[in-house]
Amino acid sequence: MKYKILGEIAIALMRARWKQTFVAAIGVSFSIAMFIALLGFMTGLNTLLDGIMLNRTPHIRIYNDINPSAVQPLQRIAEYKDSYLFLHSIQSNANRGEIYNAGPILETLHKDPRVKGTASKIIAAAIYQSGNISMTGLINGIEALEESKYFSFVDYIRTGNPEDLDIVSNSLFLGSGLASRLGVEVGENIQVTTASGDQLPLKVIGIIHTGISDLDKTQGYASLKTVQKLLGKSNLYITDIQIKLWNMNLAPELAKAYAQLFETNAEDIQTANAQFETGSFVRSLISYAVGITLLIVAGFGIYNILNMMIYEKMDTIAILKATGFSGKDVKQIFIGIALTIGIVGGILGLISGYLISLLIDQIPFETAALPTVKTYPIDYNPIFYIIGISFAIITTYLAGYFPSRKASKIDPVIIIRGK
Amino acid sequence: MSNIALKASHIDKYFHDPYKVQALRDIEIEVLKGEFVSITGKSGCGKSTLLYIVSTMDTDYTGELWIDNSCMTGKSEPELAKVRNEKIGFVFQFHYLLNEFSVLKNVMLPGMKLHPENKLEIESRAVELLKLLKIEHLALKRANLISGGEKQRVAIARALINNPIIIMGDEPTGNLDKKNSDIVLEIFHQLSEELNKTLLIVTHDLNFARQTHRNIYMEDGRIIDNPF
Ligand SMILES: Nc1ncnc2c1ncn2[C@@H]1O[C@H](COP(=O)(O)OP(=O)(O)O)[C@@H](O)[C@H]1O
Ligand SMILES: [Mg+2]
Repeated sequence: MKYKILGEIAIALMRARWKQTFVAAIGVSFSIAMFIALLGFMTGLNTLLDGIMLNRTPHIRIYNDINPSAVQPLQRIAEYKDSYLFLHSIQSNANRGEIYNAGPILETLHKDPRVKGTASKIIAAAIYQSGNISMTGLINGIEALEESKYFSFVDYIRTGNPEDLDIVSNSLFLGSGLASRLGVEVGENIQVTTASGDQLPLKVIGIIHTGISDLDKTQGYASLKTVQKLLGKSNLYITDIQIKLWNMNLAPELAKAYAQLFETNAEDIQTANAQFETGSFVRSLISYAVGITLLIVAGFGIYNILNMMIYEKMDTIAILKATGFSGKDVKQIFIGIALTIGIVGGILGLISGYLISLLIDQIPFETAALPTVKTYPIDYNPIFYIIGISFAIITTYLAGYFPSRKASKIDPVIIIRGK
Repeated sequence: MSNIALKASHIDKYFHDPYKVQALRDIEIEVLKGEFVSITGKSGCGKSTLLYIVSTMDTDYTGELWIDNSCMTGKSEPELAKVRNEKIGFVFQFHYLLNEFSVLKNVMLPGMKLHPENKLEIESRAVELLKLLKIEHLALKRANLISGGEKQRVAIARALINNPIIIMGDEPTGNLDKKNSDIVLEIFHQLSEELNKTLLIVTHDLNFARQTHRNIYMEDGRIIDNPF
């Protein structure tokens, strides 16, 4: 109730100077709109670019490194305990990179509430052959369904249907670069030879285009079963377990725990792709810096208009004080004006920011790297809008605070006597 | 309950800028409820200075000020604002109204500050006061679109809205022509006689001063015996 009368006075003061008030509000709108559009665009782009690598990268990868044993037999002999041993050219034994006990490990992982999902994988060296051309590369045995669900496999398919990997026997997807080098097209057969000399003809049923040419030039993708058959292994054989977590930030900690628990190697995404984080961070930082700079400029606009208003309305302030309004009331009136400019300008800014985002979202953006992307990516994360309006309110409050305090300290006697 | 509306004792006031001068010396005033008191004196003798002190707007003085039996000296700024709102009506010489508002709103504002919840009551009271001062036809006009004499009557209505203990005026007719001066002075008499209001009015109009209950004469920052 008390604020209603102060609000009425604030509105009357703004109406008397509505043009300047409007310009100040537009200043806020402009900066908020830019902030929203910039951040939405930058983040959209970030997500897209990081996605090329990160979406597909498991948060944790469990595998068995081919390493010589850490403790060599000679070191176990008691007699040499105090001696210094020189061992050269240590070789690992016939370790196959296989994950032992894959079944129980998977079971444990699926029970872990922090794990969103897993996809098992076999990675093996292979020679792809078509006619006279042969290319070395890798063949991946994958679970097409899980791979699509957790690691965006389906996003990178240029032609073909991932479910067909499990339906069509002895089939595979080829990387786009590999297919064009071999000169094969969908529907044709190629020969795949493993490192140990096993050979199998496989039918190309689709093309993968990840946008990373090193991958596209070397990789083929078949079902787990096909690769097991190619390698002559049992249907329990896998070399990698890829884990997607609900919270990616837990990866380093969990990787350590799993490595110990399962007695295997486990690598987390942060260790594997440290440089991506930095890139995203810098891009976001730039967006925030530009947005905040614009807001500060708008803040000075509000500061100016309030100072001018107070200078012009000295008489009004003096009369208000003489008739019983306290310094605090006067301060609240002017803070109210600042906040009104901030909130109205901020909301208009959010709306125009959203509209600009929609506009950018329509601009065509064709890139060979990303077949599913047709227009510029925009992130409509509501958090940007919340940050935007909060900044608008905080900046205008600060911009209004000092002029308002000045107004509250005006001595009515000086004004009234002044004439 | 004492019937003293305003009491000031041993009031001294100095100005420090540009050099130290004493503007008021040991001022003693007492205004009883229902009294109509005028202050006269030559220009520069300290009348306005005194009025700003007794209206609580100027707190830079020594001595004591009592309004409605409560001591004002040493009160905080918001407390004094409340006193001005509730207990004092002030009519200025030059500064009239808030130009952003209508006449009616101008009269209502101090009332709504005091009782924010009683808007309708305050409105009807404001209309009544405008009628009393014969300016009800101006109620919805913007305050900057009416004449000087009318403005001063609106200011009187505004001073009356909270039914104050005392109404003060600093040469309220100083800026008006003869006809409007007479109207305003007539209103003060009417307030005193018919409504038994307490008034403390600074004036240079000796004829007017003679018609009040009591005149305080000032010279050089002091109250002296009236030479007339
Ligand atoms: N702010 C001020 N600084 C210095 N001297 C002042 C100030 N205001 C008033 N005076 C001086 O104080 C004396 C009283 O002034 P004032 O109360 O306005 O006289 P009056 O209203 O009786 O004409 C005058 O001599 C005037 O010059
Ligand atoms: Mg004076």
